[in-house]
Amino acid sequence: MISQCYRLYAPKKFRIDLVEEHLSEDDVVVKPTYLSICAADLRYFSGNRNIETLNKKLPMALIHEAVGEVIYDPRGKIKKGTKVVMIPNTPVETDKIVKENYLRSSKFKSSGIDGFMRSIVCMSRERVIEYKKVDDRIAAMFELLSVSMNALEHFTSYSHNRKQVLGIWGCGNVGFCTALVLKYTFPNAKIIVFGTNMTKLSYFSFADEVYTVDNVPKGLTIDHAFECVGGTNAEDAINQIIDLINPQGSISLLGVSENRVGINTRMVLEKGLTLLGNSRSGYEDFKAAIDFLERFPKAKEYMGTIITEIININNFTDIGPAFEKSLHNDFKTVMKWNL
Amino acid sequence: MIYAEILAGGSGKRFGDTNLPKQFQMLGNKPIIIHTLEQFIINPKFDKIIVCLPQEWITYTEDLISKYILNPEDIKLVIGGATRNDTIMNGCKYIEENYGLNDNDIIVTHDAVRPFVNQRIINDNINAMKKYDATDTAIDATDTIINIEKDGIISSIPDRSKIFLGQTPQSFKIKKLMDLFNSLTTEEKDILTDACKIFTLKGEKVKVVAGETFNIKITTVFDLSIANAILKVRDHD
Repeated sequence: MISQCYRLYAPKKFRIDLVEEHLSEDDVVVKPTYLSICAADLRYFSGNRNIETLNKKLPMALIHEAVGEVIYDPRGKIKKGTKVVMIPNTPVETDKIVKENYLRSSKFKSSGIDGFMRSIVCMSRERVIEYKKVDDRIAAMFELLSVSMNALEHFTSYSHNRKQVLGIWGCGNVGFCTALVLKYTFPNAKIIVFGTNMTKLSYFSFADEVYTVDNVPKGLTIDHAFECVGGTNAEDAINQIIDLINPQGSISLLGVSENRVGINTRMVLEKGLTLLGNSRSGYEDFKAAIDFLERFPKAKEYMGTIITEIININNFTDIGPAFEKSLHNDFKTVMKWNL
Repeated sequence: MIYAEILAGGSGKRFGDTNLPKQFQMLGNKPIIIHTLEQFIINPKFDKIIVCLPQEWITYTEDLISKYILNPEDIKLVIGGATRNDTIMNGCKYIEENYGLNDNDIIVTHDAVRPFVNQRIINDNINAMKKYDATDTAIDATDTIINIEKDGIISSIPDRSKIFLGQTPQSFKIKKLMDLFNSLTTEEKDILTDACKIFTLKGEKVKVVAGETFNIKITTVFDLSIANAILKVRDHD
């Protein structure tokens, strides 16, 4: 099965590769329809990864947030036109303890192997999930939401039960989704979002309180925290969390940082804090994300507010400008994939 | 009904140092014709796929299909004709005899040796047929086309902005195609190098949709070398 694979081969440079994909009876053929650009994609696009990483991973098709339509099932079981979300995590083994997204052997599309910027994708039928009640543009963000679901599951398993005040640091896409998921999962908790950009914080209308990090009221404390900042600001965010969090609280870390982060471990020890690492997501998290949006229609509306722009991709030459625009958009850029 | 017709009628010429017709040469891990067929099999809009072949290669092709294609039920093998248009007509007659014909039935014809066709081009063809009776696929001409007289002297150079390179698929309303073809004189049939010309000779409109530069036709050993060089095999998904 030959597909056109739209690969980044150098920062800001895409090319079309013709690729022979393997199709087995365990697979289905999916035509991607809506692709959502993630900050991780933009780091590759802009060349904001170290040179060794770029040399190792490129050329590579970007995008791990995508939905599509099944156009062919060799077994004839999945109906043509069925709308599915594609799971980028690709495990090659199972483990009774370790989740699929933490297995070191798992592959991840758009990080080491090609992502979804292709004309057609041969996907294992075990790695696609049907959705029905969610608009395609919003469904393109299921992966983003599933990352919050993964963190939520981790949090509920490993945090104490006093969950009266939950703080979320970061006013980007991950912060938005995580705050939204927490709001609906813990309706009695006070949700407070901390960020640096008041305009972006204005989108968090469902939150009980929002503050810029330089204007936090004196005496404010939280029971548990979620760090969704990443990058160079992760250090400041985590240290502010350590200052504001109550003893024995948990800090869920979701922000990706290229550099090592210096944190106040003395106070982590003194307060008996729990740091929970979170990365990516697996099958069950996607199921939870779909279930979440299908169960809460208002959550769907909220997710719609963070689609900053939808860009039609009719030609190969439309791809580069879409990524350029995404660099400047407040929240999500979704590509309607007509290739 | 929407039919695909894969044109694999050629067998006469040697391909490099072998008699194995070009459509059966290996591209990556599969014969060229299998790659081409796959693009039509996965397109959900087709009701049947007709493959037109030289008679002596029918059983051979059946073997290939059973080896490489997971669901071959909708593929029908039909004996081709002496010329390209005879081959197309044989496919049309097969459809008429086995499934009957309605005015709006469509056939999307495609060269077996253009394996890099994609779903966008196929769907653009089918969509154009909602409004037109015939559709061609073409790309901009990047080389200059020149007309040469018998003595090797250029007689004219057409305006390149009006020159395009025809590819396939070419799509037709089957009934109209058959009617027009049957109305041609022998002289008119002799100068047919292309199925769309059946329509243009009779003053009928042919819509053009965009092809792709990579939708190449593998007709020479050099073309096959290029095709194998540009095709990458996925080894890590």
